[in-house]
Amino acid sequence: MSGRVLVGVKRVIDYAVKIRVKPDKSSVVTDGVKHSMNPFCEIAVEEAVKMKEKKLIKEVVAVSCGPQQAQETIRTALAMGADRGIHVEVTGKDYETLGPLQISKIMAALAKKEEAQLIILGKQAIDDDCNQTGQMTAALLDWPQGTFASEVSLEGDKIKVVREVDGGLETIKINIPAVITADLRLNTPRYATLPNIMKAKKKKIANMKPADLGVDITSRLEVLRVDEPPQRQAGVKVETVEDLVSKLKEAGLV
Amino acid sequence: MATVRPLGRIARLGSGICRNHRFFLNRSPQRRGIASCVDPAHGLTDEQREFQKVAFDFAANEMAPHMAEWDQKELFPVETMRKAAQLGFGGIYVQPDVGGSGLSRLDTSVIFEALSTGCVSTTAYISIHNMCAWMIDTFGNTEQREKFCPQLCSMEKFASYCLTEPGSGSDAASLLTTAQLKGDHYILNGSKAFISGGGDTDVYVVMCRTGGKGAKGISCLVVEKGTPGLHFGKKEKKMGWNSQPTRAVIFEDCAVPVTNRLGEEGQGFNIAMKGLNGGRINIASCSLGAAHASVQLARDHLLVRKQFGETLSNNQFLQFKLAEMATKLVASRLLVREAATALQENRPDAVSLCAMAKLFVTDECFNICNQALQMHGGYGYLKDYAVQQFVRDIRVHQILEGTNEVMRMIISRNLLTESS
Repeated sequence: MSGRVLVGVKRVIDYAVKIRVKPDKSSVVTDGVKHSMNPFCEIAVEEAVKMKEKKLIKEVVAVSCGPQQAQETIRTALAMGADRGIHVEVTGKDYETLGPLQISKIMAALAKKEEAQLIILGKQAIDDDCNQTGQMTAALLDWPQGTFASEVSLEGDKIKVVREVDGGLETIKINIPAVITADLRLNTPRYATLPNIMKAKKKKIANMKPADLGVDITSRLEVLRVDEPPQRQAGVKVETVEDLVSKLKEAGLV
Repeated sequence: MATVRPLGRIARLGSGICRNHRFFLNRSPQRRGIASCVDPAHGLTDEQREFQKVAFDFAANEMAPHMAEWDQKELFPVETMRKAAQLGFGGIYVQPDVGGSGLSRLDTSVIFEALSTGCVSTTAYISIHNMCAWMIDTFGNTEQREKFCPQLCSMEKFASYCLTEPGSGSDAASLLTTAQLKGDHYILNGSKAFISGGGDTDVYVVMCRTGGKGAKGISCLVVEKGTPGLHFGKKEKKMGWNSQPTRAVIFEDCAVPVTNRLGEEGQGFNIAMKGLNGGRINIASCSLGAAHASVQLARDHLLVRKQFGETLSNNQFLQFKLAEMATKLVASRLLVREAATALQENRPDAVSLCAMAKLFVTDECFNICNQALQMHGGYGYLKDYAVQQFVRDIRVHQILEGTNEVMRMIISRNLLTESS
């Protein structure tokens, strides 16, 4: 297999930032807050770049959907070794309601347009924790999927994927073309090097809109409210085991 | 082979669900520059932000977790520095044709500022190493550049800068180490003091006297470790900068080939001073990083520590103090970056601006770190807390690469010389 890999990268609030909910409870505060590439997307990029270095694939294309700032995220992918980028521009209200279904439609359309043989995504984004985009993309394309991948190896025209599942590890073999979603232990992403960051400047990022791909991005979901998790309540100390049991009974837990 | 990051920093993503828990015990998440008015990314180009991001990530993952251990055990973190070199940090402003990254002085300042948040002492040594590599790159001939620079840029070999002597610190031009020409070798006799990396490094850039008295009699020689007659004193015990060894470097009839001379005879002092201009920006940048990290630590402490029924962050004196610290931090950063730009563009005010930046920034940032320590109360004095190490590590920045008193000499000379 010597083809093209699409890697989806999402710009999310940096993992180290303390999240705050807007006073109107409509969403979280994103203005002026530090953003970076979704960590699982970094792992996806790393896997694609490694495949290219092993000469298993020819080209890595980094894709991101969002406003102008999404280009920063694509540049980071380019600095890690992706060959070129595609920025699908989505702004304003459309961006606020952008979710896995719309992204999957966009990825599916791009996969056909670019004649990609593999799509690698992060297993989920750390802002919405949906864990849906990979699966939906595979469904729309009618491609096999290897999700929660902790090990990926190309074997001829098939891919062997070791998946991390609740019961342990599951090994599957799927046909190419396929969708893979990266889990934590798939690899450890590299640092971009200074020379690669400079080379990334020269790599191309193509701009397009969802309409150019024939994709309708209207959302079927409406966010009603966003709340902070409830404050942790103080516990109560009890003196005896009998007290403990009676309190548990009061709370309806035994 | 690409340098990889440890999994520790993304341990939090284990289930991807519990975002509000901090699984790691080290302090690095708080140094990621979250408070916006002191964000060091302001005013930078996208590319510079990328450089800064790599440096911050490297500092948080590879340096910060070890900063205290390197200090307490006095370890010279060779492997970590070589990892940094793999990313291009070994010769940041050295030209690419000999293995450098070819970046600007401003890019360099941004990088060292970010790296310092991980460990000031190690970053400061990396900056000295960079300065030496640049001197050879800029003033060396083709053979010298090709012989030394690639190995320095990859940190296969480490470098030290040797100017100061027991008898000549601020009065650097009065140095006494002699280099007598005998055939095709110089015979060196004398000793250098306080040499960072001395004894553990491989390449020594030595300023020595080949001619008469004063600056014009000084030349610059590159001396390699293992040369007969090259000895080292005992390792000094220091208040800070403990992740780099400091020793006297002693020359006893040490024969150095003439082909190791950088530039012409008598050009050595000039080379040394030009190296120091950049070195001063680098050291000031290291102070900036420490101050930035300290402001973050102080801020986080104020939000957590409670006295008199409320968090310290409700105390107006402390709020005002924090605001002053932040203001001086940003003012310092602007001065360093301007000096870096001036040096890059070879502006007439570059030398003075570098001196001003070094003077102002090292002083202000020390005060910021010291204040941050004070805000921690008794905890600030414990080695369990990083703030004391920042204070100890940057104290010396007010002394080396030209004392802040010498900086005043440079600036006043510029003001009072008739022709300017």
